Parts: sequence; C-alpha cells; structure tokens
Amino acid sequence: MGWLTDFSADELTAIRLSLWVAAWAMACSLPFGLAAAMLLARGRFWGKSLLNVIVHLPLVLPPVVTGYVLLLLFGRRGPLGQFFEHTIGLVFAFRWTGAALASAVMGFPLMVRAIRLSLDAVDRRLEDAAATLGASRIFVFLTVTLPLILPGILAGMILSFARSLGEFGATITFVSNIPGETQTLPTAIYVFTQVPGGDLGALRLTLVAVAISVIALFASEAVARRAARGAAQGGAA
Amino acid sequence: MTLSVTIDHRLGNFRLAAEFTADSGLTALFGRSGAGKTSVINVIAGLIRPDRGRVAIDGDVLTDTARRRFVPPHRRRIGYVFQEGRLFPHMTVRKNLLYGARFTAGPRNAGELDQIVGLLGIGELLARRPENLSGGEKQRVAIGRALLARPRVLVMDEPLASLDEARKGEILPYIERLRDEMRIPIVYVSHSIPEVARLATTLVVLSEGRVAAIGTPSEIMGRLDLFPLTGRVEAGAILNTRVTGLDARFGLSLLRAAAGELRVPRLDIPLGTALRVRIRARDVMIALAPPDGLSALNVLPGIVAEIGHADGPIVEIRLDCAGEPLIARLTRRSVETLALAPGRQVYAVIKSIAFDHHAFAGTISAAGADADADAG
Repeated sequence: MGWLTDFSADELTAIRLSLWVAAWAMACSLPFGLAAAMLLARGRFWGKSLLNVIVHLPLVLPPVVTGYVLLLLFGRRGPLGQFFEHTIGLVFAFRWTGAALASAVMGFPLMVRAIRLSLDAVDRRLEDAAATLGASRIFVFLTVTLPLILPGILAGMILSFARSLGEFGATITFVSNIPGETQTLPTAIYVFTQVPGGDLGALRLTLVAVAISVIALFASEAVARRAARGAAQGGAA
Repeated sequence: MTLSVTIDHRLGNFRLAAEFTADSGLTALFGRSGAGKTSVINVIAGLIRPDRGRVAIDGDVLTDTARRRFVPPHRRRIGYVFQEGRLFPHMTVRKNLLYGARFTAGPRNAGELDQIVGLLGIGELLARRPENLSGGEKQRVAIGRALLARPRVLVMDEPLASLDEARKGEILPYIERLRDEMRIPIVYVSHSIPEVARLATTLVVLSEGRVAAIGTPSEIMGRLDLFPLTGRVEAGAILNTRVTGLDARFGLSLLRAAAGELRVPRLDIPLGTALRVRIRARDVMIALAPPDGLSALNVLPGIVAEIGHADGPIVEIRLDCAGEPLIARLTRRSVETLALAPGRQVYAVIKSIAFDHHAFAGTISAAGADADADAG
C-alpha cells in the first residue's frame, strides 16, 4: 500500500496549495457573503433582483466564461487588476491570489444562499423584542441575529470551501496551471491524466479529493442538523 | 406618570382611530380580535409609526407626526410583554432577564434582579433555556425581562392568551402584584372579560378601530348598550364589596355591598379585604316581593333602571342597587308577565354557587372559592 501514501513533492505542493487557496477564498468572501445575504434577505431597494442575479451568475455560467470575465477584469491590463496593483500592490494574474479569487467567486452563490436561508428562518419578532428592551439595531444584530444565523454561516463557509477545492474551469482560464503557484488538486489531476504513467498520481490525488469532500459534506450535514434544531426552538419560544 | 395616546392609522381597509390616557394602575384595552388592540400598543412601543398620531409620557413626546418626531423603540423605555413571550432561544433565563439591564441608566442595583425574580417566583429557572420552560414559566420570565429594563410604561399583549386555565391562575396574582406594587402605567390587551374584570383599574373598550367606551370596570360592565361588544355570555355587573364575616358552620363568607349582604362559598381572605365580585347577568333572577321559602341566599333590593333592547326572546335589565348597577338576563316573557318597567321596586336573587372562581376580582386569588357548597 506504499504507493497510496507515497506522495511526490509536486503532489504535496498541489494538496497544500489547494487547501491554502480554498481557505483564503472562504475567509475573504465571508464578509461580502454576509453583506450580500443581509441585503437580499432584509433590504428593500431598487435593483435588488439585479443583485440577486449577479450573485447567482457564477452558478449558471460556464466556469470558463467566469474565468475569462475575471481575466478581462482582473488581468494585468484589466481595469480592476490595474486598480489593485497600483493601490495595494495586489496582483491576481497567474498568482495563487488569482486562484483564490476565482474560487471565491465560484463559491460565492453557495455561501450567500446558505446564509440567506438562515436569515429568512430568524424570527424577526425576536429582534423587535430586543429593540423594546433597549438594544440598538447594530446591537440587536450582534446579540440576537448573528448567534441565530451562526449555523447558516458555518454551512455557507463549508460549502464555499468545498466548492473551492473542486474549482477547475475558471481557475485554469484565469490563472493557468503553474505548479507551485496556481496548480491546485483538480488541475494537477488533469495534468496527470494527460501524461504517460501519470495514472497512479491521478488516483492518489483523487482519493485525497474524495476524502476532503466527504469530510466537508459530513461537517455541513452536522451543521445543518443543528441549524434545523435551533430554528425549531426559535419558533417555539 | 401618565401615558397619553392619539392614533389615526390606516392598515389596508382597516382604520384605527383611538385616543385615551393611562395613569399608574392597569388600563385594559378590551375588544374582539381585529379591534386594533395590538396595533395600539405597537404604536405606543414604536413598532408601528402611525399615519397621524401622538404618544407621550408626561411631557416626553415619543411620537408626534405633526412635528415629525419619532423616537425609535430602543430609546423609548417601554417594556413589552408579548403574547408568545419571545424569549431569546440561544440564551439562558438569566441572560434573557438581564438583556435589557445593560442599557439602563443610573446605578446598577444588585438587588434588582433578586427582587424581580422573587416577585415572579422564577428563582429556580435562572440556569435553564427557554425551550425547557412551560408556557406559564415563559410568560413570567418575559414579564421579568421587560421589568428589568426599567420601563416607564409596561405594555402587555394578551400575555395569558396562549395558556390554559390552570396556568392563567398561576400568573394572574403576579400581574395583580405588578399593578399594585410597580408605580408605572400598565396597558394590558385582552379579549377576556374575567381577566379585565379582575385586573383593570380602567377599561378602554375598542371596537372596529375606535374607542367605544372608557371607564372603570363596574361602569363599563354595568352598561347594557355595550353588551354586544363585551359579549353576552360573560356579561355581568361588578359589585364592590368588603369581606365582613364568616359563617363557619356552613362554610360561607359574608360580603357587604352597598345594596346588602352576600353569602358566598368560603373565601380564605382576611376580614375587611376589598373585593370585586362579578355577577353574571345569567345568574340573576328577579322577584317582585322579597321571596319566601326559596333556597337562594342572596337577595338584593333594587330599582329597575333600564330595560335593554330585545332582539329575540332574551332581554337584559339593569337594576340600581343602592347606587351600584346589577344586570339580570330574563326572557321577554318574564319581563312582560312581571310588568317590569323603569322605576319599579324589585328583588334580585342570586344563588350562592353562582360565585365560582371567575366571579372574584381584586387583590386576591380566589382560592377555595369554587369549593363545594350547598345551593343554600
């Protein structure tokens, strides 16, 4: 069974990079995901359905298209790419940061959906009750709303993380496939299948990907169960 | 402290146009469901911004649409006890109770929590979560939570509606204590006659978004014209009495009303206690002469003051019993046979067992009032 755990340096790099990119993608999209979910669940403003469409676009567009749009916007010559390079020195093109951006965008609709569903399940009357007790809106959010949607936030983070690990099309289109920089698990597996004698490496990485996904799904399932229980309690109280 | 409220507000096809004031003591907003009761207290608490209206506590204006003034709910200091409690499910009872305390001004009084926990009898529950409380316990915690935010006015939206009779009986004494011990106006929404007859110092009758009548419970309950609103089944006048004696041999308490003496099944209340007694119209018979050879123990002389409007076979008549109203429900046939007319001297006959636990209001819980007693 030595072949199963006998990872080459390149394979280990790809695994580490995948986890690293997914973690950043998840962490950086969280504040935006929370804000978008709040706007969609609670906001009443012109263009709300447009925002909803934009948020969900990466879910339905071919990933290659999303990757190409990112290349146009965030490439070295793209308007946003130039903006970030000149203001804070952040470059996306052909860097792991670009892989993280592509993963974050692809996982964003899943994160927003999970948080928005849990926001919809929150009993707004509890927020009214908190207000009559003297809590300002921001305090109501921090002490009542946020604790009640925590399971939804966790589920959203897990979904975003898992989606990042599987991200292929947008990543390879936007930042290519550079070992040690942008070569994540799926692209590494793809490369192995394209070269003679790469089967073993592809199988090893596939098993790793399966293991990570299974763990993520179990975790999300457990969180969802807790969330359902919490909502039932909230409804009964 | 005085709360004054003027509202003109449209909700779809429904128009709410109400005006009243509430002083210390308990002001009950009474009316059928859909009469606009909850909307009124939501306006008071700032959860609804009325189209036109004004809400003020003494000189402090909370809502005044004419001057574009609207204080948000969290700066009003109006305690709100909701029908369903609305405890925070992710906090223990203690944390629920102390939620509003951090926003209160002035020195934090360490004994305040203990005092209110004692008043409401919830000391055992502090470490528990709302999911593990009974309905009655939840409501007591909700009352405590509202009080610990040091409100200037307490509003309560049918706090007993979701509870069964036994749980209601468990909470009513606590609300009576609030009314008598906290010196703040309480606005209490209810559609239950026994509840408001027992608790209210002032009764505001709402009907279809308007104030139909304001007065003390005995004034309101003694008015025949309000029966369609207060409900015929439970309708009945309220007599103000005092406990004057005990007939130990037969297990009867003696109550003194202005019109005469009442004998009721034994009440465990000290002599001299003031007691409101609600006498339902359906429990009162009328005789033209002092009855003889009759089992009923309570006979009050009175004068026919008003004969109600009859639609169908039943008619209510109001008696003036030494200045206090008493309502009797008779058939139209009896009214004609006895030739009852305003000014006529009659005798109201009430069976002692008519006084069940619904009949007694005031400062006591009527423990033992529905004990077995012979019809006399």
